[in-house]
Amino acid sequence: MRLELGNIFIKDVQFGDVTKVEKGTLYVNKTELLEAVSGDPRLTKIEIDIAKPGEETRIMPVKDVIEPRVKVEGPGGIFPGMISKVDVVGSGKTNALKGVAVVTAGKIVGFQEGIIDMSGPGAKYTPFSKTQNIVIVCTPVENLQQHEHEQAVRMVGLKAAAYIGEAGKNITPDEVKVYETPTLMKGMEQYPNLPRVAYVYMLQTQGLLHDTYVYGVDAKKIVPTLIYPTEVMDGAIVSGNCVSACDKNPTYNHLNNPIIEDLYERHGKDFNFVGVIITNENVTLADKERSSNWTAKLAEYLNLDAVIISEEGFGNPDTDLMMNCKKISAKGIKTVLVTDEYAGRDGASQSLADADKSADAVVTAGNANEIISLPPMKKVIGYLEPADIIAGGFSGSLKEDGSIVAELQVITGSTSEIGFNTLSAAEY
Amino acid sequence: MVKEIERAGIPVVHVCTVVPISLTVGANRIVPAIAIPHPLGNPALSKEDEKELRRSIVLRALKALETEVDGQTVFEK
Amino acid sequence: MIRVVHYINQFYGGIGGEEKADVKPEIREGVVGPGMALKAALGAEAEIVATVICGDSYFNENIEEASAAILEMVKRYNPDLFIAGPAFNAGRYGVACGSVCKAVKDNLNIPVITGMFIGNPGVDMFKKDIYIIETANAATGMRQAIPAIAKLALKLAKNEDIGMPKEEGYIPRGVRKNIFKSERGSKRAVDMLVAKLKGEKFETEYPMPDFDRVAPNPPVADMKKAKIAFVTSGGIVPKGNPDRIESSSASKYGKYDLTGVNDLTAETYETAHGGYDPTYANIDADRVLPVDVMRDLEKEGVIGELHRYYYSTVGNGTSVANAKKFAETFAQELIKDGVQAVILTST
Repeated sequence: MRLELGNIFIKDVQFGDVTKVEKGTLYVNKTELLEAVSGDPRLTKIEIDIAKPGEETRIMPVKDVIEPRVKVEGPGGIFPGMISKVDVVGSGKTNALKGVAVVTAGKIVGFQEGIIDMSGPGAKYTPFSKTQNIVIVCTPVENLQQHEHEQAVRMVGLKAAAYIGEAGKNITPDEVKVYETPTLMKGMEQYPNLPRVAYVYMLQTQGLLHDTYVYGVDAKKIVPTLIYPTEVMDGAIVSGNCVSACDKNPTYNHLNNPIIEDLYERHGKDFNFVGVIITNENVTLADKERSSNWTAKLAEYLNLDAVIISEEGFGNPDTDLMMNCKKISAKGIKTVLVTDEYAGRDGASQSLADADKSADAVVTAGNANEIISLPPMKKVIGYLEPADIIAGGFSGSLKEDGSIVAELQVITGSTSEIGFNTLSAAEY
Repeated sequence: MVKEIERAGIPVVHVCTVVPISLTVGANRIVPAIAIPHPLGNPALSKEDEKELRRSIVLRALKALETEVDGQTVFEK
Repeated sequence: MIRVVHYINQFYGGIGGEEKADVKPEIREGVVGPGMALKAALGAEAEIVATVICGDSYFNENIEEASAAILEMVKRYNPDLFIAGPAFNAGRYGVACGSVCKAVKDNLNIPVITGMFIGNPGVDMFKKDIYIIETANAATGMRQAIPAIAKLALKLAKNEDIGMPKEEGYIPRGVRKNIFKSERGSKRAVDMLVAKLKGEKFETEYPMPDFDRVAPNPPVADMKKAKIAFVTSGGIVPKGNPDRIESSSASKYGKYDLTGVNDLTAETYETAHGGYDPTYANIDADRVLPVDVMRDLEKEGVIGELHRYYYSTVGNGTSVANAKKFAETFAQELIKDGVQAVILTST
């Protein structure tokens, strides 16, 4: 499968009469965008705002972040099974509006969701302080059930990204990157002497705000399976919103999965990047056993020499990570894990809920418990009040002046376990 | 927590879904539960059947507390 | 001027060897023994105002009294910094240096530092609490140890940023700190993968921990008479979460009275836990804390009684150290209340 990904670099976003891209500026017709996302009786109000890098703006509680993309050539459309029909995506041509993100925010769904600061000390921890953000604040009808609320907001975000993405359809991209994964046999013929590597992509599937969808299917209902890396780039995997904000992958991160990018980078040189195994993180032990058995079985079946395994979330998913590592290692396949840590606010506690001797090559995205102080911002999009109750906040997190003292956990995408950031942790 | 209760001299049984974590953190008496959001229940069952299920897990926990163990033991039945 | 008090044993204090190891602590003005070299290494910014000398055997056989006495002596000199040893591979000296440093740090709230050989038993006991410069295993390593101690001591006294263990020469304290690296995580993972495939050396960013174990207690002899208590990490709290236990990274636990409670309902109880879908527990919290069933078993005489109070916290992202602290506290209450066994439920 071969995908040409056309990157259109956007330097500015403005509201305008026509939604279009012109000389690096994205103009958005607000009325049309509102039309494209409205219609759900579960939401009483949808507001749209723009937040730019460097502004003194705080967005919270953030539910999802999505990059606008559009299918230019080839089968299917963006976000298959959610927005477009369930055609197989990942081939042909796709354009992406780089430097832009749709951010969904608004009244808190459950306990959690995150914070994005566009400047100040919090900005350096989130990748979304560097993007031009089109923020959509959704207000639900009263007493809307949590699952319904989550679903309504999720769909608004995806619709908005798809609508904005269309603006890139007829634009000549500034840069084209070609990603290609041949069939198994072809790959073996092409690189007979290179070690065979795959990516074990763990998807959080623990229920409300902890879910992930693959071609529209709730991933808790799948058994581990294979997917071409380029399918992911066309939105085959989307987030069921973000909890905990620091290490749940927003849809933006799925679309731009850096492990996939960096594996492609050395594909054909240091190894043969065979493909991606997706698996879940479910809530029963039987599910955990079955899924980890299955990833190990697939890894063996594909004749792999090594895998990278990335976790999503923390706590009991640490067990899924360790089970995957242990069972794949037991097949004689080398493993590298990507995770983050919960080592306590002082960093002196044990970082993961589970451990195994075979996990001898671990990349960490940092200690999510570390305390961070976020000064007040001139503008707030959304609501500050949930600061005390979102994951990583505590009673007294929100100060009277609007500043927030909380754990790094509250910042969207800060300890990305697919290695989106340079943050790490070390022993002192 | 389970280890500190044990260390204090009180026998303790850990009823939990993710047995491997319990084994890693060092619980000695472990009773497997149903699922993370409802360890001692199953919303798919009728109220009566669900309570019966819960009772069976609690009884297993009590049995574990009455059983001499010399190391980490998972009470599956 | 940074005021320093230095601690050494009877040998380095010039009092004598093993035969004098039982001398009680004393304090002298100015420098004694290795304090000379330390003074030179500290330079003009700091002054060793006094030196405590104590026999290693005396200290280890009377840790509490000796620590208290030394603390009093040190306090009188009003220091800004406290340095002990280095103890090299001397076990009792190492334990003394570690104990005294920790006592000074905890009570006087000033920076402390010592030096030891990695195999010294004092290292494992105190490396989490204090900075210990890694030294050679014998006094022949004094010339390397002293400048390293002095350098880090001054940094600590001036409240400067402390670098990584390798840069500063101290023994890793098991404290995880966030740092920014030059490459993003995915690139580091791919690099590590290539190194591992080629059989080259690579360094994991998170070495797996060792877990300690506690031996199981004897079983409950007579369940029909036993008082059983509930503990949960599933965050079950009275509706409204009166103690405001955090949905993640809990800093506290709650203690709640079950008197007269026979069933947990959607109107009366809920979960504060933010790590799992709360719908099921909010509808019926018995699914996490089986009060209804325990009340039945109590009536039927299967158990003696359900303890009046249950303890609850949120296990989501809560540090092991916090959880440990909670349990240490309430386990003592459980013992006092005559509880014979605990059922701990987790989500």
